[in-house]
Order: sequence, then C-alpha cells, then structure tokens
Amino acid sequence: MRRSLLFIPSNSPAMLQNADIFGADGVIFDLEDAVSISEKDAARTLLDTFLTMYPLNKLEIIVRINQIETSITSKELEKIVSDRIDTIMLPKATKESTLILLNQLRNIEHEKKLTKKINIIPIIEMATSVLEVSDIAKVERVNGLLLGAEDLASDLEVPRTLESLEILMPRALTILAAKAHKIDAIDTPFIHKDDDEGLVKDAKFAKQLGMNAKACIHPNQVEIINEIFSPSMAEIHQALRIIEAHERPENIHKGAFSLDGKMVDKPIIDRAHKLIEKAKAWHLL
Amino acid sequence: MIKNSLNRMILEGFTPYGDKHPNSCLKINHRPSNNTNKQLRSITDAFDKLQIKDGMTLSFHHHLRDGDFVLNMVLDEIKKRNLKHITLAPSSIFPIHEPMVELIKHGNIENIVTNYINGPVAKTVSEGYLKGFLTMDTHGGRPRAIESGELMIDVAFIATPAVNSFGDGNGIQGPSQCGALGYMMSDLMYAKHRVVITDFMTEDLLIKEIDGHYVDYIVQVDKIGDPQGIVSGTTKPTKDPVQLKIAKDTIKVMDALGLIKDGLSFQTGAGGTSIAVAEILRKKMIENNIKGSFASGGITSYLVNMHEEGLFNELYDVQCFDLEAIRSYRDNPKHHPMSASKYANPCHESVLVNDLDVVILGATEIDLNFNVNVTTDSHGYLMGGSGGHSDTAFGSKVSIITSNLVKSRTPIIKESVTALTTPGSTVDIFVTERGIAINPKRKDLIQKLNEVSFPMMTIEDLYHKSIEITGKPTPLIKSDKIIGHIRYRDGSIIDTLYQVRK
Repeated sequence: MRRSLLFIPSNSPAMLQNADIFGADGVIFDLEDAVSISEKDAARTLLDTFLTMYPLNKLEIIVRINQIETSITSKELEKIVSDRIDTIMLPKATKESTLILLNQLRNIEHEKKLTKKINIIPIIEMATSVLEVSDIAKVERVNGLLLGAEDLASDLEVPRTLESLEILMPRALTILAAKAHKIDAIDTPFIHKDDDEGLVKDAKFAKQLGMNAKACIHPNQVEIINEIFSPSMAEIHQALRIIEAHERPENIHKGAFSLDGKMVDKPIIDRAHKLIEKAKAWHLL
Repeated sequence: MIKNSLNRMILEGFTPYGDKHPNSCLKINHRPSNNTNKQLRSITDAFDKLQIKDGMTLSFHHHLRDGDFVLNMVLDEIKKRNLKHITLAPSSIFPIHEPMVELIKHGNIENIVTNYINGPVAKTVSEGYLKGFLTMDTHGGRPRAIESGELMIDVAFIATPAVNSFGDGNGIQGPSQCGALGYMMSDLMYAKHRVVITDFMTEDLLIKEIDGHYVDYIVQVDKIGDPQGIVSGTTKPTKDPVQLKIAKDTIKVMDALGLIKDGLSFQTGAGGTSIAVAEILRKKMIENNIKGSFASGGITSYLVNMHEEGLFNELYDVQCFDLEAIRSYRDNPKHHPMSASKYANPCHESVLVNDLDVVILGATEIDLNFNVNVTTDSHGYLMGGSGGHSDTAFGSKVSIITSNLVKSRTPIIKESVTALTTPGSTVDIFVTERGIAINPKRKDLIQKLNEVSFPMMTIEDLYHKSIEITGKPTPLIKSDKIIGHIRYRDGSIIDTLYQVRK
C-alpha cells in the first residue's frame, strides 16, 4: 500500500543511512538520474552493501535502475536483484522494455533462487509510454505506474509549469490505465522542494484526479503527501459505519441496503473495507 | 577518590553529588566601590593600580562571545608581566581566546573556572597542559560560587559596550553592542575590584544595567570586540531533514502531553534544531490561538518574533544571540534582562528556571539512565559545558533532549557517558529521528502518552537500534591524569575530567 515514495540517491551514504526514518511507505534507491555516469559503479556497490548490512525499518524497497537499453542495466540487475528488494522502477518504460525487464527478473530470480517475485513500477515519461500505458500496465508483476512529468515535458517539448496543464492528459491516462488494471497510480514528484503550499495544491489535485500515491524528491515532502493521500478521519468513520451496517443480521445477506437514505452496494462495501485496511496499515486507527 | 551517588569517581575533599554541600549557599557581602576617580588610560594602568600579581583570580563575562577582545587584552598584559599561577574565571571560553594556549603552556594561567570551553583552549586543557585544575560550572552554579565566596574574584574585567563617566553601563549602545549583560552581575557585585572596559563613552545611557557604584575603574580602549563574532550562533532554523524531523517530533510529543497551552513558559537554544522547534511551535500556537507566558534564556530573533506577535507575553533575557534580540531588548518593555543569578542560581528562592514548563536541550552523549554529557566529545576532548543545561533541566517541569541517534557514525547513546554534565534524574524526554524515549521515572508522562496512543520507545530500544547501525564502539579508555571536574549547580561534584590519551 502506497501513499509516498521517497527518492534517495544511491551514491550518498548519509542519505542512505536515514532513508527509513521519514515515514515514506517506500524508498526509491536511485541509480539513474541522481547518479552521474562516473559514479554508477560505485553507487551500485554502495547500495548493494548498504542493503546487505543495514537494518531498514519495514518499508517497500524500490530500486530505480537505468534505462533498459543502456549497457549498465544488466550489471545493475545482476547485482541488485535479491530478496532484500521488493520492486524495480523502470525509467523510460515502453511495453517492450517492461517485458524485457520481466524476463530478466525471472532469469535472475531463478539463478539466485530468490524466495520472492520482484515487482515492477514502470515510469511513464515519454510520449510513447503514454500511448502504450494500458499495455504497460497489464504486464505481469507491474503493480504501479509512476508518471514522470519532467522527462515527459521534455519529450513533448513543452515547459513544465506549476499549473501542470501540459500533463493533464498523461496524468489522466496513467490513472485510467492503473485503475483499469487495479494497480497503483503514482503521481510525479513536485520538484519545488521549499514550496509546501505548492506541494499541497499539486498533491490534492492529483488525488482528486485519481492518483493514490505520489513520489517525492525531498524528505520534508513525505509528511504532507502522507497526510493528503491518507483517508481522513471522516472517511474512516464513514467506512466503519458502512461495514458495521453491512454486518447487521438484516443486511448481511443483502446485495444492497440503505444507510442514511443512500444505497450501499458491493463496490461501496469493498471500498470501505479497503479504506479501513489502509487506515490500519498506516496506524490511523 | 570516592564515588558519588551516580557512581562517578571524584576527588576526596569535595562534596560528592548527592550529598548536601555544607556551604553551598553562604552569602558574602556586596562590595560597592569607594573610588571616585575612576578613569584609567589603559589596562596596564589597571594592573598597576590594582597591583595584580601572581596567584590572583581574574574574571570575565562572555557576552562578546567569539568576538571578545577584552580577555585577550588582559592575557597580553599577563604575558608582558610574566605573571604566574593566575586563575582565570571567564563565564565561557571561545575559539577567539586562543592566546590563552601559550599562557597555559608556560604556567602563567594555572587554573580555570568556567561554564563552557570550546576551541584551541579546550584542546590544550584536554591534552593536560593546564598545570592546575579546571572547574566546569553551570550558569546558575557560577553566581552561586561567587556569591558564597567559593569562587573569590580579585579583579573582574567587565567588557561593556557603553559606559558613562561614573561607570554605569549597558550592552545596547556603541559599536560593540551585545544586548543583555546577565552573566556579569555577580562579578560586578562580589569581586574585590571591578574594571569596566569599553570602547564607547557616553553620558546618555538609554538604560543602566551596570550600576556604577560597584565600578572601581573605567578603561576606554579602541575596540572591545568584533561585532561579527559577538552576535554569533545559528539563528536560522535547520533545513537538514533529519534535524527537522526531530524538531517536528519534539512538537508532537509536547502537543500529545498537552504542554502547548495558554500560559506556556518555554526555553530553547540558538542551534538550528532549537530554532526549528521554536518555529514549528510558533505555527502551532498561532493555529490554536495559544498565548504563552514567557520565553527565556539566550534570546534569538525567533523568540522576539513570537513575543511581538503576542505568542509570549514576556521575554527574560540573560544574553542576546542576534541583532534582532538586541533591538527588541532596547525597544520592547516586556523584554527583560536578568542576571545569571536570577536565571538559575540554586540558592535563590525564585529563580526563573523553576518557572519553566518546557526546555529543549541538546546532548553530545546520553546514557541508559538519561545522564547527559555536553562537556566532552566521545573521545574525551572538552568541547562545551553545561552552560544552563543542568540548571534548566533541573528547574523545568519537562526537559526534552533532542539529538540525532547517530552522529558522524558514532551512536549518541552510551552505556555510560564519557563525562556526566546533567543528571538523568532531571532529564525527562529524549527525541531522536528514530523514536522518542521517556525517562521511566516520569510515569506521569508515560501514562499521558499511553492515553493518546503516542508511539514511544525505551532508551534501551534506541540504544540497540543505534548499535545495529554502527556496531558497538570500543569503550574509551581514560588516562589516569585528572585535569579537572564538573561542579553541579549546588557546588557538589558530579564528575571528574581526565586528560585525553594521545
């Protein structure tokens, strides 16, 4: 379950050491854009050692590798894929590169006799990715889509703006594809790290559109994102009422019943259960 | 050597911490001056007039902080005259006082009594060059020692930014403004002789914080300090995400305990985390329309803002950390100066620290019994001192220590601290980036936090977490040579200081 995913550069020991203290639901250890080409090898070794030696609090461990077409990706996967990580984040994803990654993961998992299956979060950050987003979403093990607005804006040859009108359609398409395949829709990071007000506005808008999580590039953003993407106390209260009403003897076998004069049916009950599950996981109950 | 109640070895002949110091609160008489002809041309003249000689005790305040020229001028005169066996009693020692190093090594300066020591002098003393003894006091303990006669001062050299011809003075006028002059008051009233050193003479003093009746001599010099160093101290909130998390969590635990309410009295320091705590508290108080009673201690622009926004009705100021604090002290009628004695002297009936609801403090080390070290680093080098740490921890209703759990790959929690500055019995809450521990002795706080399901850890949990990260450090093997001791605010000895192993 995700609300916030925090990017941590894999070449910074001080930041690695504190990756798990900010309350992010997942940490994305970055081997791509945050690491210069001359430091890629060192960062890979540092991250591997860190994950072996360092006891991290319970959270999703995600590694953003380099683009699948580059020569470094195979080395990265060989080194990094292990039972210690949960997910690989794939930059500049296309349907083809996602499938290549899937096969590589299967091979490495088999060779290393891993006890778990590694998930995939493709980043939708090219015009091609947007057009293929539904096909990407349906690839096995893809359990979330991250919209990457900065690279996408470059690809679209438009400036990134605070209003984000230029990514409205890609945002919507990413959300639709994710929801259609019942996986997470993860919003692009808000890169103005000192603008809390802007972050609140941006995250609220993304949530309103249907995003259920947001990536972030600075630890100080985690708390705001968690707050916005968590169910409110009113929502939790209402979900508990729905579940309690459904479990009454007179309603338990009904397909639909009435609460406060409104019809409650299976999708609403399911959503209430899901919301309560999240609230429990995030210690809101 | 004998053990005190905290199991620390101390020298025989001193009152061990935990025992009652028999003469802790004796009171010697004020010593007003009879002198009417006060003007002298130089510090050399002051030495001649007062016949300053081998073995005397000279005192100083630290309001000019790391911009202080006055102590160095006096050191220069000691050097010229090759005086020996001098005891220096500055309320703090900063890196700018490096010239003291040579005089320590040559035996001119034999003993030091201070509340805080940092920089090259701290290194020199740590390495065992001081031929006599170092006594580390607290901000409240120093005036107690002076007023009881335990620390007898022969001559107090009092740097004063503005002085009139009678010897009255203040810290808010002239080119070397430093604001409130709280730390010099006991020196002024109880030293055998007082020399005021200034670089600004005026008959139009805005206030008279120094009473000229106690002043024997006035010396005007070109410059008493460097304004850049005088208003030192970080006066911006930290942007470091780890420290910011600690600051946010500090406010969360205060909130959960119901401490953020009307009438709140509060003290915090001038470091980045402390200011972040003040800034987050400010937002919380505005959000909930809360009006505090007072903020105290070293005053920063952040506390000034809160006062001017009506969040704290009064400020009690023992020293100003920045220009805004000086401006406020000059302009705001409810921004009060206070002496170190009024601030924290344990022999005074109504000291301000006893009225504090919450104090936020730092730590270099903390042990499993919540004892805190702010005097040395983990290698035994002197790098600070209590200042008001022990005083405010003792007096406040809730004392909160904030610190990274791991600093420079060294765990902050020890089985036993390298030097013990503040007893764990006066420390209530320890906030780190990886969790918050409450002193088990504060059952009331634990119960309150349990009632609101506030997440807590034990200090043992935090210790094990830090060891998981760093591994268990090799214990420091202390040398046998004693260089001094830490004197608790009541005059008892809380710990012994040893020379570092080279």
